[in-house]
Amino acid sequence: MHGLVNRALGYFTRDTYGEAAWGAVLWHAKLADFNFDNLSNQKPGVTDQLVRAISEVLDRPRESLLEDMGNYLVSHPNCQPLRRLLRFGGAGFIDFLFSLDELPDRTRLALPDFHLPDFHLYEIGDDRFTLTVDGRLCGIGHLLVGLLRALADDYGALATIEHEGRVAAGESVLITVHEHGFAKGQKFDLTPEGATG
Amino acid sequence: MKQTPKPGLTLDHGALDGLMPMHLALDSTGQIVSVGATLRKVLPHGVGPGLNFFDLFQVRRPGRVQTLEQLCPPQGQKISVMLRLGEQPMFRGAAVPLADAKGVLLNLSFGAGVLEAVRRFHLTESDFAPTDLTMEMLYLVEVKSILTEDLRRTNARLEGETSQARADALTDPLTGLQNRRSLEQTLDKLIETRMPFALMHLDLDFFKIVNDNLGHAAGDFVLQQVAKILLAETRDSDLVVRVGGDEFVLVLPALVSSPKLRAIAQRIINQISRPILFEGQACTISASIGITVSKNYQLATAAEMQADADMALYASKRAGRGRVRLFQSLLPKQA
Repeated sequence: MHGLVNRALGYFTRDTYGEAAWGAVLWHAKLADFNFDNLSNQKPGVTDQLVRAISEVLDRPRESLLEDMGNYLVSHPNCQPLRRLLRFGGAGFIDFLFSLDELPDRTRLALPDFHLPDFHLYEIGDDRFTLTVDGRLCGIGHLLVGLLRALADDYGALATIEHEGRVAAGESVLITVHEHGFAKGQKFDLTPEGATG
Repeated sequence: MKQTPKPGLTLDHGALDGLMPMHLALDSTGQIVSVGATLRKVLPHGVGPGLNFFDLFQVRRPGRVQTLEQLCPPQGQKISVMLRLGEQPMFRGAAVPLADAKGVLLNLSFGAGVLEAVRRFHLTESDFAPTDLTMEMLYLVEVKSILTEDLRRTNARLEGETSQARADALTDPLTGLQNRRSLEQTLDKLIETRMPFALMHLDLDFFKIVNDNLGHAAGDFVLQQVAKILLAETRDSDLVVRVGGDEFVLVLPALVSSPKLRAIAQRIINQISRPILFEGQACTISASIGITVSKNYQLATAAEMQADADMALYASKRAGRGRVRLFQSLLPKQA
C-alpha cells in the first residue's frame, strides 16, 4: 500500500506503545532498514508484514489492534489534520457516511498514486447502513469500526457500529445512528486557525 | 418559417437560493429584489431588497458600466464587482437579463479569495451549492498544507542526518580528532588560497611497548589522552588529525615562524612525556615531531609537504626520540 499507510502504522505504534515498541516491530518484521520517507508506492507486502509484526510483538489480536488504530487516527492529538480531512466529508455524521463513497476519488485528487480501498454505503433502513470495503488489507473493517466510532463521537452523534464479518467483496460494517445531535461534538472550522487565503 | 418563442422559466426565491446561494436579483430600475442566503452572510448588515445595486457596488468588469443593460455582457463573459464600502471581497460571477427586460440576475462567487472568505465569514459546507467544488478545493488546500509541513520536517531531519554523516566521515571515532580525508581537504584549501601554514608530523615513541605490555585498552586510552593534549596545545583554528595508529598531523595556518613552531612542538612533547595513569599503571611514552612550512616551497603540494614533514620526523627519531626537527634545517645551508 501507499507509503503513508506504513507511516501511519509507525506513528500509531510509537504514539501508543513508545519508540522502543516500534523498533521491536521493525526488527521483528525484518524491516529495520526500510525507508519510510519514500512515499511513492512501496512493496505491496510491507503493510501486511507490519500489521502482523505489531500484532505479534505486542501480543494483541489483529482485530482489536486495527480497531485501536482507527480510533487513534481520529482522536489522537497528533492526527488532528487527518480528523479535519475526514470532517470535510459532511456537516453531519450521516452526510459523512455518504461521503465515504467519494473519499477514494477525493484522495486521488490530492495524491494521484494513493489508492484507498473502495467503500460502498447501503441504506438498509431508517438511519441503518451497511458499509462494505474491499478486502485488500485483511482486517480493514475493524479499522473502520474504530475510526467510525471515534468520528461519530466527534460529530456528537450516538451510533452503534459493529463489524459484520467478511462478505464476498471484502468486509462489512453495520452502522445504526440513534441520535444525530446527542452530544455537542468537536468544533470544526473549514479553515484552520490563522490560515489565510 | 416563423419561430415560436420558448416560454421563460420561473423559480421561486427558495428554489433560487438552493441553486445559487450567492445570487443577487435586480429589477429593471436596479433595485435589489433578492439576495442569496450565503451572500447575505457576507454583505454588511442591512444590505438587502429595496437598495439600489449601483449605490452599493462598483462594477470593475466590464468597464464603464452606467446602465443595467451594460451590466450583462453580450457573450456571457464573466463580470467582477466589489462593494463601495468596507474591505469586502471582490466578487466574480455572471450576469444575465431576466425575461421581458424585467431586471438582471447575478450569480456571484468568491473567486480566488474563497479561503479568506470562508475564514472571515465562518462559512460551512451548507453555504455552498451542491454543485460547487469549493469543498474539494478546501480539501486540497488542507492536504497540501499537511504534506508541505511533513516535507519540511522530513527535510530538516535529513539535513541533520547529512551533516552528522559528513562529520562522521571526517572524524576518527576513537579520539574524535579529524581524519585523513579532513586533512586532505584542509591542505587543498590552504594551498589553493595561498595561506601560509605549518605542517607538523608527530609520531609517538614507545607506544608499542604500552600496547604490548598493558593491552589495547591502555593503548586506546593513551591515544585519547594524547588527542586531548594536542587539542589543548593548539589553537581552535588549527587542525589536529590522527592519520593512523600512533601517528598524528597538525596543520597550523598563518604560523610559519621557526622559533614559535619549535616552542609549540617542544611543549607538546613535554606534555606527552608525562606519565599517563591507566587503571593505576603509569604509561610512559614520548613523541617525535617533524615540521615543514609552506614558505619553503615555490608551489607547495600536499604530497610533497607531507613527505618532507615525514623526513623531518624520522630525523627526530634517529636523533634519539622526544625531539623536534624542521625540514629546512635538514637542507644544506645555502651559500
